[in-house]
Amino acid sequence: MTSTALRSRAWKLLEMVTTPLLPSDYLDLVSPLRAGADLRGRIEAVHPETGDAATVVIRPGRGWRGHTAGQYVRVGVDVDGRRLWRAYSITSPTDRQDGRITITVKAIPDGKVSNHLVHRTTPGTLVQLDQPAGDFVLPPAKPAKVLYLTAGSGVTPVMGMLRDTGFDDVVMVHCAPRPQDVIFRNELHGLVADEKLRLTEVHTATDGRLDIARLGELVPDWAERETWACGPEGLLDAAERHWAGHGVQERLHTERFRPRVVVTGDGGEVTFSATGRTVDADGATPLLDVGEEAGVLMPSGCRMGICFGCVTPLKAGAVRDLRTGEITEAEPGVLIQTCVSAAAGPCDIER
Amino acid sequence: MTAIDPTAHLTAEQIEELGRELDAIRDEVIADRGEKDAAYIRKVISVQRKLELASRGVLLFSIFPPAWLIGTAGLSVAKIMDNMEIGHNVLHGQWDWMRDPKIHSTTWEWDHVSPAEQWKHSHNELHHTYTNVIGKDNDLGYGIMRVDEDQRWHPFHLGQPLWNFLNACFFEYGIAAYDLELGKNLQKRRRRSPEFRARARAVGRKIRKQVLKDYVIHPLLSGPSFLTTLAATFTANLVRNIWTHSVIMCGHFPEGVQVFERRSVKGETRGQWYLRQMMGSANISGSRAMHFMTGNLSHQIEHHLFPDLPSNRYAEVAVKVRALFEKYELEYVTGPLPKQVFSAWHKVFRLSLPNRKPKVKTPDHRQELVAA
Ligand code: FES
Repeated sequence: MTSTALRSRAWKLLEMVTTPLLPSDYLDLVSPLRAGADLRGRIEAVHPETGDAATVVIRPGRGWRGHTAGQYVRVGVDVDGRRLWRAYSITSPTDRQDGRITITVKAIPDGKVSNHLVHRTTPGTLVQLDQPAGDFVLPPAKPAKVLYLTAGSGVTPVMGMLRDTGFDDVVMVHCAPRPQDVIFRNELHGLVADEKLRLTEVHTATDGRLDIARLGELVPDWAERETWACGPEGLLDAAERHWAGHGVQERLHTERFRPRVVVTGDGGEVTFSATGRTVDADGATPLLDVGEEAGVLMPSGCRMGICFGCVTPLKAGAVRDLRTGEITEAEPGVLIQTCVSAAAGPCDIER
Repeated sequence: MTAIDPTAHLTAEQIEELGRELDAIRDEVIADRGEKDAAYIRKVISVQRKLELASRGVLLFSIFPPAWLIGTAGLSVAKIMDNMEIGHNVLHGQWDWMRDPKIHSTTWEWDHVSPAEQWKHSHNELHHTYTNVIGKDNDLGYGIMRVDEDQRWHPFHLGQPLWNFLNACFFEYGIAAYDLELGKNLQKRRRRSPEFRARARAVGRKIRKQVLKDYVIHPLLSGPSFLTTLAATFTANLVRNIWTHSVIMCGHFPEGVQVFERRSVKGETRGQWYLRQMMGSANISGSRAMHFMTGNLSHQIEHHLFPDLPSNRYAEVAVKVRALFEKYELEYVTGPLPKQVFSAWHKVFRLSLPNRKPKVKTPDHRQELVAA
């Protein structure tokens, strides 16, 4: 018998011993970061960056596959006992020796997860992780000239790139309200001092918003540069128009913090017929959340549309897939994933 | 439907007001649920798992009597924790709000021969909706006992103290059979239904796994301690079964608990539903350890009012609920475990015999009872 076959036999035996649990349920108690466990990470330190931003150092579990500079990771954090998932750019370089990664989080007003991570989390806390994802990354072949255009916490994926890969000719334009709001300001100025970066800070509290039409005044050769832009919607929309207007859109790479959600045919009255509850829902809230808020027993798993742990019959009405905008109408046998579907008019969910 | 309705003094408005007051108690807990509660259930789960693991470890040496005693005691407690404070409550969805897929009613499986999925249906949906409604809530006597004077007596009932005792010893199997509605489904026509067969197969699989673990694999791993380990697991299962059966009997069977007629629940309002839960359940008084070991089903009344509130909150809720019982002059049936168990068994014995001739009741007597 091969050793893998032997191991799988041994594992089967172990499963019989632990039934109805799995061996991993016990192993998680002692070694939550081991290979083969669900991917998690342990927060090892939290360093303040600015008044409302902090860098969180995470030791990922053994199953972590490693990231490419510029990618983000989805993090599941327990806030007030409830697990909430958010995506954050990875700010550490890919070759960090100690195997840890960092994310840098800016606390946004009323942001449950961001405020928790910046102000309240403590070293030792376990968080859930997904594998890194996102195609806002540097190309394998080095471009001759690079422009980074960022605003606010849009600097975070770019910081991951700057720390990872050096280029001969890099310009960065970064917008933040005031100098003290610039995340990584010391490090950026250090790069400038070492002549590894040319940096223009736009302080919007005093200088006003960056007018993209006048980008040429700051970076005359912007159109020749391979550009990575990350920041609020308004900035990215303007950048896309500007680059397209000059016929160089293929040089522009953008990263939006939130995937754009289609919101037409807004919400409606949702009936959870098995429970006999009826509530109003908007067109952007997943029916899973709507149900949970209303106290309905909702099955769930990944909460992001991949595990089908949340599928539920749609008995009447229509729902919209929040990822694609696709409408699904009730028919016998139609199942929907409540975690990625919102009400598109009145509907009846069999829960 | 007992001869004297202990809620007769309440007006319809009072009952609705009572419902609103109970809703307010519920909302308060929900608004306050948070980190501490999550930490509580995580802790309980981790303690249970460690205790079970350690006890099974000790039982590998159960050929030595002290190891047998310690291991058996530990395993019994671990199994009780698994079924009561953890399994029952997780499967009620009490912890779903944490959104942790590992502590969620849809993913949880317990150390019990009835698959979680089937139990949730018969328990959460049927029993909790139709609590104590004769003919609808099969938890009333589990279909094998007569638990109210108004149920027709049959010579079969003479044996019910014995059935009840056997049911206590093999309670998990009783529950599995009950979840399958075995009595009803074994009739010829139904036996064939693919739906029933699938469910029966699922139970079969679960039983096989459970038995294999407890009575084959674990004893085999113990080598020379094979027989003693087998005896230990059998004992632990017996202890757990008798314990859970006793606790559950205390929830709805003691004297003073009301049962209801089918037609009384037609078009029930929220207030009336609450009132039925209040009158149809009974508590067990005792120490914190007692509450914990019963999975907080010692707060059966509170549990039936709010089946999906986290169990660790029932104790604080109980104070407010009890105040409402007093305010509305209702009887809060509670007592120490031995008293309640005795009361429930007494009823089982009493109702195994046909009703005695009803005494002629004077209006005075009726008055007295209502006032009490
Ligand atoms: S929860 Fe995983 S697909 Fe919806």
